[in-house]
Amino acid sequence: MTLLKSREAILFGAIALLVALVATRFPGFVVPSNLIAVFTDTSPLMILAIGQMVVILTRCIDLSVAANLALTGMVCAMINVAMPDLPIFVLICFAMVMGAALGAINGLLVWKLSIPPIVVTLGTMTIFRGVIFLLTDGKWINAHEMSASFTAFPRASLLGMPVLGWIAILVAIVMIVVMARTTLGRAIYAVGGNPHAAVYTGINVGRTQFLAFTISGMLAGLTGYLWIARYSVAYVDIAGGFELDVVAACVIGGISIAGGAGTVVGTLLGALFLGVVKNALPVVDISPFWQLAISGAAIIIAVAFNAQSGRSKGRIILKSAEHAQ
Amino acid sequence: MKFAKLMTSVAVAAGLFAGPVSAEDMRIALVVKALGIGFFEAAAKGAEEAAEELGGVEIIYTGPVDTTAEGQIEVINSLIAQRVDAIAISANDTDALVPTLKKAMQRGITVISWDSGVADDGRMAHLNPSSNALIGNMIVKLAADHLPDGGDVAVLSATTTSTNQNIWIDEMTKVLGNYPGINVVSTVYGDDLADKSYREATGLMQSHPDLDAIIAPTSVGIVAAAQAVADAGNIGKVNVTGLGLPSEMAGAIESGASKSFAIWNPIDLGYSATMLAHQLATEAATAEPGAEIAIGRMGTITLDDSNAAAMADPFVYDASNIADFKDIF
Repeated sequence: MTLLKSREAILFGAIALLVALVATRFPGFVVPSNLIAVFTDTSPLMILAIGQMVVILTRCIDLSVAANLALTGMVCAMINVAMPDLPIFVLICFAMVMGAALGAINGLLVWKLSIPPIVVTLGTMTIFRGVIFLLTDGKWINAHEMSASFTAFPRASLLGMPVLGWIAILVAIVMIVVMARTTLGRAIYAVGGNPHAAVYTGINVGRTQFLAFTISGMLAGLTGYLWIARYSVAYVDIAGGFELDVVAACVIGGISIAGGAGTVVGTLLGALFLGVVKNALPVVDISPFWQLAISGAAIIIAVAFNAQSGRSKGRIILKSAEHAQ
Repeated sequence: MKFAKLMTSVAVAAGLFAGPVSAEDMRIALVVKALGIGFFEAAAKGAEEAAEELGGVEIIYTGPVDTTAEGQIEVINSLIAQRVDAIAISANDTDALVPTLKKAMQRGITVISWDSGVADDGRMAHLNPSSNALIGNMIVKLAADHLPDGGDVAVLSATTTSTNQNIWIDEMTKVLGNYPGINVVSTVYGDDLADKSYREATGLMQSHPDLDAIIAPTSVGIVAAAQAVADAGNIGKVNVTGLGLPSEMAGAIESGASKSFAIWNPIDLGYSATMLAHQLATEAATAEPGAEIAIGRMGTITLDDSNAAAMADPFVYDASNIADFKDIF
């Protein structure tokens, strides 16, 4: 536990250092209003990463989150075009239910058919994108077709921060409680940490993984509405390739790809680290050709660092045998 | 029995097509990628306009139901059977249509391609909506028109490797000298992703507080930049312009984030393709490199070494005409 805590402290330090470094080249970056903007901009990544964390903790992976987001977002936009007067609250509930249903499809395939999660979600990722194309014929839904309240909701300001940012905080708090204080949360850690032991304690491994996928899907659906509303446009390729950012945020945040280890706070910091990099690169005037390389290097350094600090030192049993050869 | 039935239905269909045509009318077939696409419906409108202006011309607007080369081959075969005078096609495939179009030319039918071309062998001439040089000039002109005293502009492109965008930006850089006072302060890349383009546009406004315009020669980028400008409260201060589609940009024009943008006008394109086909079919002009061909109200085009020509500058859309086009494409 102290190890995990210190890992998060290190990550927090790295983010602070990064922000300070950016500030030396572009002082405007550390103005509170800009920091809030960066946090808000990173919110979709945070919400998705928390969902992804739950899945990775159970030794699975969900590559379909971005496609789920795009499909749910597109359906929300289509509903909005058809029924502009439908309250946003209803639409958000719908987005979460639809996202959860799409996630449950992944979960069922993993649970009942025992197909490896990477294969299942790789498949559903393509299927979801294909379904968007079938629904829309590749057409866009544009800002002027959406209702004003639809696009205004995530950017409405509450105590100086857009609603989008508050939703990320709300999701984080709920998930911290779920992971630490509910049987489901503990079962998720148990399944990932040692599936065999989990079975002996009476935990249904498949069912837990199914629930993890459902949670991930629900959060992806929620982000779907927020994303479409924020950028005021919906089309097939929305958030293309974003699933990789989501997995990267988890890995940077110290979530073990082998399952069982990681925290919500770590995930948030991992997402925030990527968010700061993404928002800083455009303002520090670095050649775009370098930007990709820098983002990639940051990921590898962070992961290498995590691997290093996470490695437990082996115990030497026979001191004499060590020097024998 | 079945065969006879088929023959009857073909004859009936042919009869339906041939019905109202008087013998002297010149028949020009406008073959599109697929029926039911707003862009092409608008092109057909332009073709009808040209037919009215020319007189004695009947337009056959046709195409497959989905965007396949096979579908277009069937359509062309039926047009050959109907002995139309000219075919103007926007092709679904550069090479697949060549044999069928060659057959049409052997039967004395004038064949041109427009919008989306076919290989040189398969047509007499090709009409591009615009040229790289004209587009490069237009995107900076759009920004300069609203900056009479000059100002700082930045370019938001697609990816660093997007061929079209890179060529257009090169062409823009070449003519920059003609627009004194216009400073290109930065070129950034949004990778044609809404979120990255939005972030890059936000970054531009932060790192260049005096920025007057963002030029985005990509349809994803221009929409995202307009949203970023609106969210940053910079409407009226930073003008977003470039290349976009009216249906996608209607919101940005309405909010004022974009004063104007450009893209080809499908009506003009259909009009010009019909004019070109008519000129060649009546042998008023010949399709050969260097030939100058008059195309009615759109002026004169010059064929290049591969018998291709550029129609005109991209058409400018702004608050005055967006409503007419936003439902078309």
